[in-house]
Amino acid sequence: MSELPEIFRVLAFVGGIMALVGLNAAFSVWLERKVAGHIQRRIGPKEVGPFGIFQSLADGIKLMSKQLVVPAKADPVLYRLAPALTMITAVMVFVVIPFGPALVARDINIGLLLIFAIASVNVLALLMGGWGSNNKYAVISATRAVSQNVAYEVPMLITVVTMVMIAGSMNLNTIVGQQQNLLQWYIFPWNGSLLLPVSFLIFFVCAMAETNRAPFDLGEAESELVAGFHTEYGGMGFGLFFLGEYGHVFVGCALASILFLGGWQCPFGWLPGIHWLLLKTYLLVFVVMWVRWTYPRTTLYGLLNLSWKVLVPFSLAILVLTAAMLKVF
Amino acid sequence: MSVLAADPTYETFVLNMGPQHPATHGALRVKLVMDGEYIVEAEPVLGYIHRMHEKMGENRTYHQYLPNPSRLDYLSAMACTHGHVATVERAAGIAVPERAEYLRVITVELNRVSSHLLWLGAFVLDLGGFTPLLYAMDDREQILDLLERVTGSRLTYCYFRFGGLYNDVDDDFVDGARALVKRIRDKMPMYHNLITKNVILRQRLEGIGPISAEMCRKYGATGPVARGSGIPYDVRKHEPYSVYPEFDFDVPVYEQGDSMARYLVRMDEIEQSLRIVEQGLDKLPEGPVMAEKVPKIIKPPKGDYYCAVEAARGSFGIRLVSDGTNTPYRLKLRSPCFSNVSLFGEAARGLLLADAVALFGSLDLVIPDIDR
Repeated sequence: MSELPEIFRVLAFVGGIMALVGLNAAFSVWLERKVAGHIQRRIGPKEVGPFGIFQSLADGIKLMSKQLVVPAKADPVLYRLAPALTMITAVMVFVVIPFGPALVARDINIGLLLIFAIASVNVLALLMGGWGSNNKYAVISATRAVSQNVAYEVPMLITVVTMVMIAGSMNLNTIVGQQQNLLQWYIFPWNGSLLLPVSFLIFFVCAMAETNRAPFDLGEAESELVAGFHTEYGGMGFGLFFLGEYGHVFVGCALASILFLGGWQCPFGWLPGIHWLLLKTYLLVFVVMWVRWTYPRTTLYGLLNLSWKVLVPFSLAILVLTAAMLKVF
Repeated sequence: MSVLAADPTYETFVLNMGPQHPATHGALRVKLVMDGEYIVEAEPVLGYIHRMHEKMGENRTYHQYLPNPSRLDYLSAMACTHGHVATVERAAGIAVPERAEYLRVITVELNRVSSHLLWLGAFVLDLGGFTPLLYAMDDREQILDLLERVTGSRLTYCYFRFGGLYNDVDDDFVDGARALVKRIRDKMPMYHNLITKNVILRQRLEGIGPISAEMCRKYGATGPVARGSGIPYDVRKHEPYSVYPEFDFDVPVYEQGDSMARYLVRMDEIEQSLRIVEQGLDKLPEGPVMAEKVPKIIKPPKGDYYCAVEAARGSFGIRLVSDGTNTPYRLKLRSPCFSNVSLFGEAARGLLLADAVALFGSLDLVIPDIDR
């Protein structure tokens, strides 16, 4: 792809990433409903297209054809900006995700850092949406989402620092390149630090909490806060929050598979490429859904206690131990 | 709290939970005065679906009022109609054949199991777990199918008549009920594995929303709420009615008074109800299901009558004041949910919003039973 003029390359990637975010949301919604259906002993959507695969399309058309109602006394700017911002952050993090050896929009040295820098902005979108819609439930939800995201970013970043020390790079493609087959995956304890499986677990839990997924979906706890920060959103305003959420879930799982499970590399060395990344990512997405449809929701304090009293000390200990191990061996 | 309240910058806000809110499961409004996520005051505001059932009782003849009680607590409608017919039978002195009494007990207990199963699903839904709702609904569906075969309706039964039952059960009922008892008994370990042993659920319920025995007595709370607070009161044991004295069953009582205790009481009650159904099926006598001489127009002698039954949510009683005519002078309905919701304000004080939702779910409120 490097022979193409830069402008075509950019356009191709912009189109590709937008399509991926859209298709991912459509596919994830369908998958979520199918997974939920089968977990709950029913079949899920089946009428629209084969296996109900076009159900999300029908839902999307319905959402887009609805009028965007701005509630009275809502902050008109913040209210309209919030869904767009959550969508923008979801799309932007895709820029540095390596889908294949050369299939990455911007192969930059600080890719990992960039992802976290941009993904953190998502909290702002939730806060803006909750505050801007002039609804008490939305405000409570927004404050919850902020404290939750701040709490979980800390152990997540500490874990990422551990990974960066082991891999010696913040370039995601380099990290993937180091994990050429199953035995070299960073989830296994013989690749740098004995505590890598624990790191993976911490990272995965944090990714779930960071993306507001059950059992950490306190931001949109429907039985307490009606619908949380998007209570007042209808039509595509709600749709964008949804697209953004599934985009963030995808990014979280993609990042977990890139850091720990070898990204686009094949476990056995055959045909590396985008299909392996998608396969691993959607397996993790499936696990996220499985957890969501099995567990009840935690409370905010249980959640914060888990982060500050368990995950942060553990991830710090892992960081120190890993540093020591790297120094000694 | 009082230290904070003296502070001039201390600010609270009012949050209306309901009348349209997913956690209230009906048109109930709870006015919450909040300090952040903590509840300072909680006040249930009633009356959104008041339907004048008591006044209807005064204007209708006894037979015309038959369908009304099942519209109160529609989830344990069988027990409500049982309370009504039992009161009128006591007032008018109508004897009920034994087979009818046994079938009443069996259907009431099946109805109690279905009510508790729905509560289980809705309660875990309040806590954010969606899947158990559908499992519980699946089992409940079997009970409703069976009761539909017998009574003709799935929810608001009008099966009991003064002096007996509307009709006898068909040949498949006994086998169907036995299969049902086995099915639900086999499912209970699954529910315990999925829900009771879940660490998140335990954290959310244990020690949360304590209700003392004192508070239960103060507000007149009965049923699983009282039994979860260590009061071993069950109308079936303490003021026996129908043929309950002939059954061998336990009354589960837990001392802790927290949401977990109320949860466990109901889970145990499902098993006890299954025991009662099983014994009832074993002992089911032959004979008529309707008394022979029931007057067409019932005119109970002048007097004041009361009869209570143990509905799924507590003691459901009817006070009937008769002036000797064909309509009651006064028909007072004592519904368990009204008493149980009254203590919510005191019990929810100082709780987090999320814990208040758990407390609310553990009270198992049916809104039409509160408003009547």
